[in-house]
Formats: sequence, C-alpha cells, structure tokens
Amino acid sequence: MALVLTEEQTMLRDSARGLIGDKAPVSHLRHLRDSKDPIGFSKELWHSFAEMGFAGLLVPEEFGGSGLGCVEAGVVMEEIGRTLMPSPFLSTSVVAASALGRGGNAAQKSEYLPRVSNGSLLATLAIDEGAKHRPLQTALQAVRSGNGFRLSGAKALVVDGHVADLLIVAARTAGAAGERDGLTLFLVDPRAKGVAIERTAMVDAHNAARIEFANVEVNADGVLGEVDQGAALLDGVLDIGRGAVASEMVGLSEEVFARTVDYLKQRKQFGKLIGEFQALQHRAAQLYVDIEITRAAVMKAMQALDDDLAKASSTVAVAKARAGTTATRAVQEGVQMHGGMGMTDQFDIGFFMKRARVCEELFGDANYHAAQLARARGY
Amino acid sequence: MTDAETADLERFRAETRAWLEANCPTEMRKPATSDADVFWGGRNAKFASEPQRVWFERMRDKGWTVPDWPKEYGGGGLSPGEHKVLRAELAKIGARPPLSSFGIWMLGPALLKYGTEAQKKEYLPKIAAGLIRWCQGYSEPNAGSDLASLQTRAESDGDDYVINGQKIWTSYANYADWIFCLVRTDPTAKKHDGISFILFDMTSKGVSTKPILLISGYSPFCETFFDNVRVPKSHVVGTVNRGWDVAKYLLQHERAMISGMGERGVGRPLGQIAADSIGTDAQGRLDDAMLRGQIASFEIDEAALAACAERAVDLAKAGQAHPAFSSAMKYYGTELNKRRYEILMSAGGVDALEWESERSRQGARPRAWLRTKANSIEGGTSEVMLGIVAKRILDLPGA
Repeated sequence: MALVLTEEQTMLRDSARGLIGDKAPVSHLRHLRDSKDPIGFSKELWHSFAEMGFAGLLVPEEFGGSGLGCVEAGVVMEEIGRTLMPSPFLSTSVVAASALGRGGNAAQKSEYLPRVSNGSLLATLAIDEGAKHRPLQTALQAVRSGNGFRLSGAKALVVDGHVADLLIVAARTAGAAGERDGLTLFLVDPRAKGVAIERTAMVDAHNAARIEFANVEVNADGVLGEVDQGAALLDGVLDIGRGAVASEMVGLSEEVFARTVDYLKQRKQFGKLIGEFQALQHRAAQLYVDIEITRAAVMKAMQALDDDLAKASSTVAVAKARAGTTATRAVQEGVQMHGGMGMTDQFDIGFFMKRARVCEELFGDANYHAAQLARARGY
Repeated sequence: MTDAETADLERFRAETRAWLEANCPTEMRKPATSDADVFWGGRNAKFASEPQRVWFERMRDKGWTVPDWPKEYGGGGLSPGEHKVLRAELAKIGARPPLSSFGIWMLGPALLKYGTEAQKKEYLPKIAAGLIRWCQGYSEPNAGSDLASLQTRAESDGDDYVINGQKIWTSYANYADWIFCLVRTDPTAKKHDGISFILFDMTSKGVSTKPILLISGYSPFCETFFDNVRVPKSHVVGTVNRGWDVAKYLLQHERAMISGMGERGVGRPLGQIAADSIGTDAQGRLDDAMLRGQIASFEIDEAALAACAERAVDLAKAGQAHPAFSSAMKYYGTELNKRRYEILMSAGGVDALEWESERSRQGARPRAWLRTKANSIEGGTSEVMLGIVAKRILDLPGA
C-alpha cells in the first residue's frame, strides 16, 4: 500500500480540515478553558461531526457508521491536532468504538454502536491507574457476585470521563497486577451506585477524570469480550488509540512548526530576519526532517492497524514513540524560537506545548514504547 | 490503481518470487561482510566466487542490474510499481545487489536526463552490463562544500578539450575505467555558470591517481591529477557551461545512495548483536540499561526512516515529491548510520577494538565504524544538507 493518501482520503482530510479550521481554531479551546465550560467541548460541533459521519467513522455501516479504517481515523485526528480541538472523537469514536466493535457481542453492538454513530452516546476507556500507562499493572478488582461482578478500585486519566454515558473499565478478575491473564473489560454505567467521578482540569485544558469504584455492581451482560481474557482485546484497542494519538501529534507538530517557520520569516533582530541566522536555520531544518520521518512512520502504523491488527504492535510502538519525541521537540523549539512571546498565554504556541505533554503520556510515552520494542525484539 | 493493474502486479510478484527462488544462489542471500563480497564490474573485474558470477550474470541477462531503466539501454524496463515489487522481493530473501556501481547510482540517471541519444546508447548498456567502472571527479582541494568554486580547467583546442587540474576524494579512482568530471570551461563566467560535465577514459594520457590513507586504514579515495588530458568535445553531457545543472541532478542521486548506506549490508538486529556480546539479565533484558535504551531508540528511528524512504518513492510516483528531499534523507540517513556504529562499538566493547587479528576479520568493525564518519561529509556535509532544506524546502531567507 502506498504511503500517500488516496483521493478519497484526501477529500476526507479536506472536509475535516474545513470544518475544524472554520469552527474550532485554537481560540475555540481558549474560550472553553477561560469560560470553565462545564462539558469541555462543543455539543454543536460534535453534532456536526456526527452528521459528517466522523462520530461513527470506525463503526461498521450496519450499525449506522461510516465503516472506514484506522488510516481515515488518523486523518481526522491529525486535523484535530492542528487546532487542538477538544472533542470526544478520540475517547468515543476511536477507542470506545473499537472496543465495542471488536469485543462486543451482538446485543452490545446493536445497543451502543448506532448511538456512537449518531453522536448521542459518549463512551470512554478507563485503563490507567498509576502515574504511568501500564496496562498489565491493572489492579482494579472485579469479584464475582451473584450473576455478575463487583468492581472496586480507581482509575486516572479517563479521557472525557465526566461527560461519558458509558465507561469501559479494565479490571482484574484473576491473577495479580503485572500478569497478562486475568484482565476483563466491563461496560459500566457512570450513574451506577458506587461510581464517583472527579473531573480533573488538566494542563492542556482537555477533558479527563479520576474515577473511583466502590463495590460497583455490574451484571454478566456488562462483560465486554471474555472474562480473564481481556488482554488481547485491550492490546488491539490500545494500539488503535496509540496510532490515533500519534496522528494527532503529527498534526500538532506540523502546525507548531509552520507557525514557528512563519515567525522566523517575520521577526527582526540585529537588523535581520531571525530566519537568516544559520543557527536557527539548521535547527528548523532538523525539525522538518524529524517531522517528515515521523509522519511516514505514523502512516505506516495506521496502515498496519488496518492490515492486521494483531501484528501491528511493533509498528505502532515505533510510531507512538517517534510521534511523542518529535512533538516534544517541536513544541520546545516552537516556544524557544518565539522567544518571550512564546512564554505568553496570549500567544497560542503554549497550548500546543501543553497538549503535546498530555499526548505523550496517553497510552504510553516514548520510553514505554521503546521498552516494549526492546522486549519484543528479545533484548 | 485499477483492479487490473493490481492483478498484473500480483502476477508479476508471483513470477518474480519464483524466478528469484530458482535463480538467486543461497550464498548471495546474506549481507556482504567485506568489500571483496561486493562486485563492482569494470574492465579488470574479477568475481570473488562462483555464486557471485552466476548471480550477476543472471540478473544482468534480465536487465535487473538496472530494473527501471528502459530495455533499449540494457535495463529491465520495469514500471515504478514493478520495481517496488522487485525491491521488496529481493529484500525479503536478503539478496545482495548483483552489481554495485557509480554508473548505476549516479551517472546513469544523469545520462538518462541530460545525455544525447548517442551518449545513452554508448554508455548506458555498458553500465548495465558492468563492463565499465566509473568514478566521480567532483571535489577539489579548494572546492569541498563550496563545490562550484572548482578550478580544474578544460581549454578548447579544435575538437577537443585539454584538461588540467586536480580532483580529490575520488572514490576508487585507482580502480575506475572512466570518470565523470566537472571542469571549468569558462573561467570568466560566474562560478556556477562556467562549469561543464564531461566523461573520459582514465587510461588517457596525463591522468594519474594516488590513494589517500584514511583513519580506517583503508584507501577508498584518491587524489586524481590531470596533466594536459585530451578529451573530445562530444564527451560533454548536457550543454557546455551548464554542467552545474547536471552536477546538481546527479548529486540528488548520490545523496539518495549515501542515505541508503545505512540500510545496505545490515545483518542481525543491533539489539541481538549487543545481547550476544554483553549478555542479558534474568528478565532477558540487555545487561546495560542505558545501551538498551539507546538501541531501542535507534531502532525506532531506523524503522521510521525506512518508512520515510518508502514514502519518498511513493511521493515521487504520485508527483508530489520535493526535489530537495534527498538532502533531508541524506542528512538523516548518514547521521543514523554513525549512531549505528557508535552503538556497535559500545556493544562490542574490547572485542571491537582489535585491528589486525584474524578473529576480528582484520578489525572489520572498528574500520567500518571509522568509515561511517565520512558519511556525513561526502556528497555534501550534514550542514550543507540542512542549509539546502532551510532554503529550498522551508524557504527561509538567504543569509
């Protein structure tokens, strides 16, 4: 498969870019932040997303979705990254839709997926517990109780956790933290007794929550996939999430870089445009090369996810690690080259730096994925 | 791509796979470990082994020493799609290039674009068949990064030019049959405007070479001297005094070649080489946590670069490539190759320090390590590449 967008994918990109650029420039995020918006995104815009078929982009057509693949999801994520638009696309349309579509039984799929597609259901995966992304360290306990289970424990960095209508919770039904066997995914109603949700205002002004579960009852219908065998399902879903976040970071990196290069062509010091200085030219050129290489690695990963999800993990690890490192470098150089202006809240560049930091942590940072790669390759 | 085109490519893939299976000797399905394993062709060429000869001749007969060149010039006439399939199938079995040649990598593409029909018919089939070994006369003692300031003169004398001057860093000039050379044909013009690109036989009267001993202990480069060398004017490629256009076009191909060096001749993954050398802990992790991290991040960058190289080909096919992008690849590929060898030296530890023993194959690793230091200098330094990216791709203001 060629590592360039097809005509259809280019059209998808253009329509996403048109909508997002028009309705959700960075000032949109700034407004949501400054007004302390209670839901943290625009419902109106989310409805537009649904009308354009984005909300159900990964959902099969029989459930009202667009039936597209990860490459297309990546195209939309990249456009989101350019303006940092807050939206449930990642939590609901990418991660939760993949979990439901891949792990759900017929009843679960027909109950939830059509509502994902029409934008009426927000759903999210609750996975992380500690300071870092370590899926196998999941310790949240689910013990059998009558016909179902009782969940006890806590989750952090639950994206859109305070607005979600459905929580997909990774829990331990057997074994000890660190073990691959014994993980199970549960569908949990956030209004269920014992669920306590705290919205956590994050550095990037995007939605996240900490959620506590105190003996939360879930009946047997709420098991997504197989009991104790959730790790394989989780691997695939997380890899799709990683690819999506990597795509967002490519868009973010390109946008920061474009703004920085523009600034180098406008700002004068010592009677010259600062872009004339070789010290800055070379750093800008290095960053350009880094971004181009990362873009290719991420495209490769998105194609690998569509091609054979079970075999994509190393390619995805490469992409997420590269994207994190590149975005970190892009925002650091962006702020530095904007000088004092880069430090002001009034200037947008800081928003990119903050979002890049969160994206780096989401679903595993560069170190995590480097270690995964080393393990997979036997050293 | 239409369904019919896809089906055609799949048929080509199946045929190619079967042909390679039947025709590529097993000895040729592992990376070259020394320069003797590389077949360069030329008038005085000798095969290092029978499998090397067989592999070369079979590939030559199919035109697959230059798969994408037109058949009329000795090539395979493959479409870009077929060429990509062939490359993938060759890579899959780890096949060595049957013929390594500056004629293939550098001169050929320039001749295809700028040569006259007579020049193409004369030179390209001989390149494809490995009959003539070429060297490149570009750099001079006072024209390195600032190549366009070169001073080697070519003065008109009837139907000939008379060439005087000196080149340096001429790769394998002492083994080459012919040279493609930049000479100044108009000393009064601005520096880029008085240069011509000319071809001549290295056995011409007045040509001499002197190998340069490098820090690796090898002498892959020469000083090359021209003392009243007489060359017919018909040997100029492209327009007289417009040789810089040809030179720049060829440099793009040279840079692509050098950036690919990191991918060629690579055997086992770095992490496994290091694990064998250093050992692992109870969890199977390399017994050097910092080196493990360095290797993993190297392998991430290596895989990402490979994706980028693949994408560059796809972009070129789609007509979306930036002509200066080879400079970006050259910069990154060479810096990455230097990193590879720093890691190999660290992984090898004491064992990688031996210079002359049989055990170390005459210090193959430290010599290769030192050789890589030239990667970011030859064919345009990393700094020159970054300057090209800054100006031609990013359009930053000229300093």
